[in-house]
Amino acid sequence: MESGDILLAVAIMLGKSLLMLVALLIFIAYALLADRKIWAAVQLRRGPNVVGPWGLLQSFADLLKFVLKEPVIPAPANKGMFLLAPLVMCTLALAAWAVIPLNAGWAIADINVGILYIFAISSLGVYGVIMGGWASNSKYPFLGALRSAAQMVSYEVSIGFVIVTVLMCAGTLNLSRIVEAQNSSLGILGWYWLPLFPMFVVFFISAMAETNRPPFDLPEAESELVAGYMVEYSSTPYLLFMLGEYVAIMTMCALGTILFLGGWLSPIPFAPFTWVPGVIWFVLKASFLFFLIAMVKAMVPRYRYDQLMRLGWKVFLPLSLAMVVIVAGVLMLTGTAPGMH
Amino acid sequence: MGEHNIRNFSINFGPQHPAAHGVLRLVLELDGEIVERVDPHIGLLHRGTEKLIEFKTYVQANPYFDRLDYVAPMNQEHAYCMAVEKLLGISVPRRAQLIRVLYSEIGRLLSHLLNVTTQAMDVGALTPPLWGFEEREKLMIFYERASGSRMHANYFRPGGVVMDLPPELIDDIEAFCDPFLKVLDDLDELVMGNRIFKQRNVDIGVVSLDDAWKWGFSGVMVRGSGAAWDLRKAQPYECYEEMEFDIPVGRNGDNYDRQVIRMLEMRESVKIMRQCLDKLRAPDGQGPVSTLDGKVAPPSRKDMKRSMEALIHHFKLYTEGFHVPAGEVYAAVEAPKGEFGVYLVADGTNKPYRCKIRAPGFAHLQAMDFMCRGHMLADVAGILGSLDIVFGEVDR
Repeated sequence: MESGDILLAVAIMLGKSLLMLVALLIFIAYALLADRKIWAAVQLRRGPNVVGPWGLLQSFADLLKFVLKEPVIPAPANKGMFLLAPLVMCTLALAAWAVIPLNAGWAIADINVGILYIFAISSLGVYGVIMGGWASNSKYPFLGALRSAAQMVSYEVSIGFVIVTVLMCAGTLNLSRIVEAQNSSLGILGWYWLPLFPMFVVFFISAMAETNRPPFDLPEAESELVAGYMVEYSSTPYLLFMLGEYVAIMTMCALGTILFLGGWLSPIPFAPFTWVPGVIWFVLKASFLFFLIAMVKAMVPRYRYDQLMRLGWKVFLPLSLAMVVIVAGVLMLTGTAPGMH
Repeated sequence: MGEHNIRNFSINFGPQHPAAHGVLRLVLELDGEIVERVDPHIGLLHRGTEKLIEFKTYVQANPYFDRLDYVAPMNQEHAYCMAVEKLLGISVPRRAQLIRVLYSEIGRLLSHLLNVTTQAMDVGALTPPLWGFEEREKLMIFYERASGSRMHANYFRPGGVVMDLPPELIDDIEAFCDPFLKVLDDLDELVMGNRIFKQRNVDIGVVSLDDAWKWGFSGVMVRGSGAAWDLRKAQPYECYEEMEFDIPVGRNGDNYDRQVIRMLEMRESVKIMRQCLDKLRAPDGQGPVSTLDGKVAPPSRKDMKRSMEALIHHFKLYTEGFHVPAGEVYAAVEAPKGEFGVYLVADGTNKPYRCKIRAPGFAHLQAMDFMCRGHMLADVAGILGSLDIVFGEVDR
């Protein structure tokens, strides 16, 4: 029966998605804890260490706390929009993970335009912020929303060009195949981070701007806007914003892993390293990127709005544009562009 | 189309804003992110200190000064004690002077450490303040070991200081100096040398020297604009005359210059502290730490048990206090934040007739409007931080 097959396929898909979701959320819970612990260590503190051994259950305690609190909706707010905004943010951030291949063939949806899909979904994330800030009908969130709109759009452009350079090298929009394109006998030296190093740096910095991490956390700048677009939020809606933010950060880490760090590939391309399951390499690489992002948060001051714009439009955009031209030129001249023969 | 009514966006910055440095309420008028007007509303921490002092004896008034600029408490006490001493016409023993200078410089470290590191926080780096707190903690323990209290010390008294320092404390302060200079090196590198920190502070909140004088600035705010004006040098009090130290002076009068000056001043303070410690150990640094005039300073416990006169002095001092001859006087010290002055009017009784406090922060805060105009919203926090405002002394 054909309908039976479809039903089965849907059930499998649902099961996969659920598994991915649970694994991702648990990983995020610990990434959050790690973020706080790293931050604390830099500040000569201990960080959360009370709930569970070494504070390992802290994130779950926080979850419980947020869920059990009363959501306060300010009277002048647009109720529907106000509650929809965090949902939009969180759902979109989670949706991006549908196409991310954790291992060879492990993507839930191994679509041929995976990279475009991620790009589209993560661009939509800004709507959550704008909706939240605007629907609050309050001044600080409004300013935060304005800032984030400008910021995310600016850095999207440079991220786009970064991705274009990778695509030119890999010759495909499929994330799994981008990883496979980096598979060579050189191992870690054959991944794209080395030949495209400037782009890797631009990607890393733009990813922080894209996800509102310091030094680009202007939409929620504490010393200026208190908490920016999240000022009026509390309990579960706030939790969804936070969750969405961290999922988006992990998405960027995963994307960086796929585009530049060879995804699930082993850094040393012979046994016994190749026996390690690819998913472990993937998680290690993504965690490494996350660690870098966490360290940046612990150390840097925040850019001012105009400086952020200048960096985005006057430094990163020309740089990435130039790199697109250079990479294209090199590929054509050396005849190494994929699909040339 | 009808006429559009364009109105600036006005927001309340504080009193519960995390970067408002206490309970300041700034009403900001914004054109987009550009600040058009800043209107500081003060008085949320007003406790009527000046009026309260009129109803306290001279000794009882002393602790109020700890609570003005609570970041560097003893420096305020110093100004008050000097004012009372001037009225009484008494002199302070040398050892007491050295201890006062030592603790004034510790107060300067306390204040500058907090200000420089929170400046980093005001521009978005949340880590440096915690490094600063680590050192402040050690300094507060020095406060505690001298006076019994970490913050509200009530240690300087008219006529000297309340107790002598234990000799181990002098050694421990000495041991603190060298590692502290290393911490300053780290801060120089990690905070002052940070690219983003520079981008956020250089050329922000520029004050010309002319403006600085006109607005009644003092301390770092004047030195940042290029004047080598420091009361410790200009009109030396206590034993600052014999101390060797330099006055760092800025060139551009912007936020960054002011923070650099604070960093350098901390190094100068350590220099002064070291000299004080040496002098405290030298033979001529020994002796009483308070005036021997029994009418002003309490007798020792030992004397009280044996001498009837000492017992009477003690009783009179702690019930009635001492009477101060009629007159008026202004005494000022170079507090970490600028010129902190006390204007005392005595009417011959045991209570001041009037006590006017000249807090540097008050004069600096009024400049917020002209300093912030044309800058962006993000710079408001930075400029406010570089003014080094503490609301205890602004609102009094």
